[in-house]
Amino acid sequence: MAHSTADAAVAGHAHDHHDHAHDDHAHAAPSGFMRWLTTTNHKDIGTMYLWFSLTMFFVGGVLALGIRAELFKPGLQLWHPEFFNQLTTMHGLIMVFGAIMPAFVGFANWLVPLQIGAPDMAFARMNNWSFWLLPPAATLLVVSFFVPGGATAAGWTLYAPLTTQMGPGMDLAIFALHILGASSIMGSINIVVTILNMRAPGMTLMKMPMFVWTWLITAYLLIAVMPVLAGAITMTLTDRHFGTAFFNAAGGGDPVMFQHVFWFFGHPEVYIMILPAFGIVSHVIPAFARKPLFGYSSMVYATSSIAILSFIVWAHHMFVVGMPAAGVLFFMYATVLIAVPTGVKVFNWLATMWRGSMTFETPMLFAVGFLFVFTMGGFTGLICAIAPIDLQIQDTYYVVAHFHYVLVAGSLFAMFSGAYFWLPKWTGHMYDETLGKWHFWLSIIFFNVTFFPMHFLGLAGMPRRIPDYNIQFADFNMLATIGAFGFGLSQLVFLYTVLKCIRGGEKATAQVWEGAEGLEWTLSSPPPYHSFEVPPQVK
Amino acid sequence: MLSTSTKYYVPAPSTRMFWGSIALLCLAFGAASWMNGASSGRWVVLVGFAFLLVMLVGWFSDVIAESEGGSYNHQVDIGFRWGMSWFIFSEVMFFAAFFGALFYARNLAVPWLGDIDHKLLWPDFSATWPTAGPMGEKFAPMSAGGIPAWNTAILLTSGVTLTIAHHALRANHRRSLLIWLGATVGLGALFLFLQATEYMHAYSELNLKLTSGIYGTTFFMLTGFHGFHVTLGAIMLTVMWFRCAKGHFKPDHHFGFEAVAWYWHFVDVVWLLLFVLVYYL
Ligand SMILES: [Cu+2]
Repeated sequence: MAHSTADAAVAGHAHDHHDHAHDDHAHAAPSGFMRWLTTTNHKDIGTMYLWFSLTMFFVGGVLALGIRAELFKPGLQLWHPEFFNQLTTMHGLIMVFGAIMPAFVGFANWLVPLQIGAPDMAFARMNNWSFWLLPPAATLLVVSFFVPGGATAAGWTLYAPLTTQMGPGMDLAIFALHILGASSIMGSINIVVTILNMRAPGMTLMKMPMFVWTWLITAYLLIAVMPVLAGAITMTLTDRHFGTAFFNAAGGGDPVMFQHVFWFFGHPEVYIMILPAFGIVSHVIPAFARKPLFGYSSMVYATSSIAILSFIVWAHHMFVVGMPAAGVLFFMYATVLIAVPTGVKVFNWLATMWRGSMTFETPMLFAVGFLFVFTMGGFTGLICAIAPIDLQIQDTYYVVAHFHYVLVAGSLFAMFSGAYFWLPKWTGHMYDETLGKWHFWLSIIFFNVTFFPMHFLGLAGMPRRIPDYNIQFADFNMLATIGAFGFGLSQLVFLYTVLKCIRGGEKATAQVWEGAEGLEWTLSSPPPYHSFEVPPQVK
Repeated sequence: MLSTSTKYYVPAPSTRMFWGSIALLCLAFGAASWMNGASSGRWVVLVGFAFLLVMLVGWFSDVIAESEGGSYNHQVDIGFRWGMSWFIFSEVMFFAAFFGALFYARNLAVPWLGDIDHKLLWPDFSATWPTAGPMGEKFAPMSAGGIPAWNTAILLTSGVTLTIAHHALRANHRRSLLIWLGATVGLGALFLFLQATEYMHAYSELNLKLTSGIYGTTFFMLTGFHGFHVTLGAIMLTVMWFRCAKGHFKPDHHFGFEAVAWYWHFVDVVWLLLFVLVYYL
């Protein structure tokens, strides 16, 4: 996306001391493929992150369509049950670790330095490595389909003892997750240090843009929980090959222990995947309502509260596994408590729009769509959190509906919103508004056609992760499959719109959107290859 | 030497990181095939490891050259401090996962295995710590006296010698710096030697193995990961010794040294937790 910015790279700078390496960098950056391979520039790296995640989004999407094709009709249609399980597992792993998380890191790479007035990320070489760890990890995941026994089929949650019994594909997945975890930790340390150490003079913490705030907290969560995931899968690996007994009751261990360690990572992980989305929406809604964000400081405190609470709710994923009643009650109440800061956010966005002079360009459509559909997902989350109800709907399609409402209509729609919002800044061209609107309406309609019926399927008792089902579920499943294919194809509109926007289109001004505020809009569109070498003064 | 420039140093493009990724890809594929019975995998692991080592040595040499060459200003220095702190925090969380597993096994999983329905399954099993589980082999647990107690003393002393070395660096007493830093490396090596002796004692006389149920699992995984970190720390200290001998670092600017010291103290604290929770209790 930053293609046209390459020429800007040659802009010379005055140096007040001899700085040889940097001179080389500014005047003779490698070109072609080597530019992308070796780059230490946050914009290049952000662009690679975004393209990588878009690619993985399509890979994971194809796996999802494989799942939906099988479920189009009852009875075994296309795949062996083992392969179906591989599809559900890899769809989850690829979408979570390959699509959503790297996409947000891509946004952070592009936006954090621009929004805080920094010349680049704090550790530019490590930034490059954080990205270049992703393709090998993706390779391991994809190749695992072709080893004996196929890819891991234990579900993306990797529960023991399923994982201790899988074939070599499991080991490849474990190593892939180790590498992705290393990438996430390095990326997060980079983002935290950039935010803490490289803000322009005058930009106090409470003047930071919301996207930067949400990423600061997300990065903190990532540094705290990715090592725990690494620990959990390391235990799986040693149980598999070196005779340890972490998850083996015969040796005094416990398979349930895996679930505790995993969800100690897993619940903060869901906020890792949604907090940056909150940040993006907190920029888009004020811009198109032409009003400042309502309740900025309460947004900051709400984000922090969500992060803190996220560490003490993990066992709500395990109500049916068995735990003392006091444990159930504690985790239920703690979970319900998260609705309070989340509600604060939703009301703040509504209050921002209240009496604003609103227009509905594509970013705003996606933001408002996010608000509607994500809030629904939040409510079904509350329903899932109520232990007696959860006993009924655990492991049913109700849960599948819930987390796709928050992950697709939440995280993904917010990313589309952000992509359309900042594409003109990144590429220097306006995207095609008509195509953008088509993309939005197709996405939101097909999304609901796909996932809304799943609530009913779940309430009626259809279990998740099963390739076959009772005939009574046939109609809703057929509908969901039609919706899924519609949704998948609609995303090609997005791909086309992005490509078209990169290649040309109406020139974007520096301001792009009249209501947009922040340092990134003070730079040209596209911004120079090296921006803010002299930090701006923030008042 | 710290640069007085207000410009933040952004390093030049480099192929190192990409080679590092290829190295990790080799390591992952090699290890996966090795663990699944293809012994040729070990060569792939070896190649990957060699690549990674070359890459890291090159990368750190770049950083050292940039630092000594005066490319870094005060802001970059602060960035390194933040970066190292967050890295150590991530390591704390990694160990937390294993300490959590130990807590869960001792206080929840094992007592549950002793409850009434399990009594029917395994009437002879007594659910007390230490245990190898209902189906595990007999073993004797590691006592806290002897080697572990000595190792505690050694690591604590090494923390003191490192602090003395740090004070010597700040006072620009280079000879004393080298002596005390060398002593720290020596104590680290002694710790590792004793740890290895202890492992051999466990395997040959106590029948305590990695496969000795949950006790052996948590014992060897926790002390093993700690030992691995001590090894890394000792290598880093050795590098610092050679850098000091070459005249690197200034009394007021030596974050490379301090970062390693922070890491060493972190490893020290983990050991104290290990000594109490794994050996003593
Ligand atoms: Cu959760």
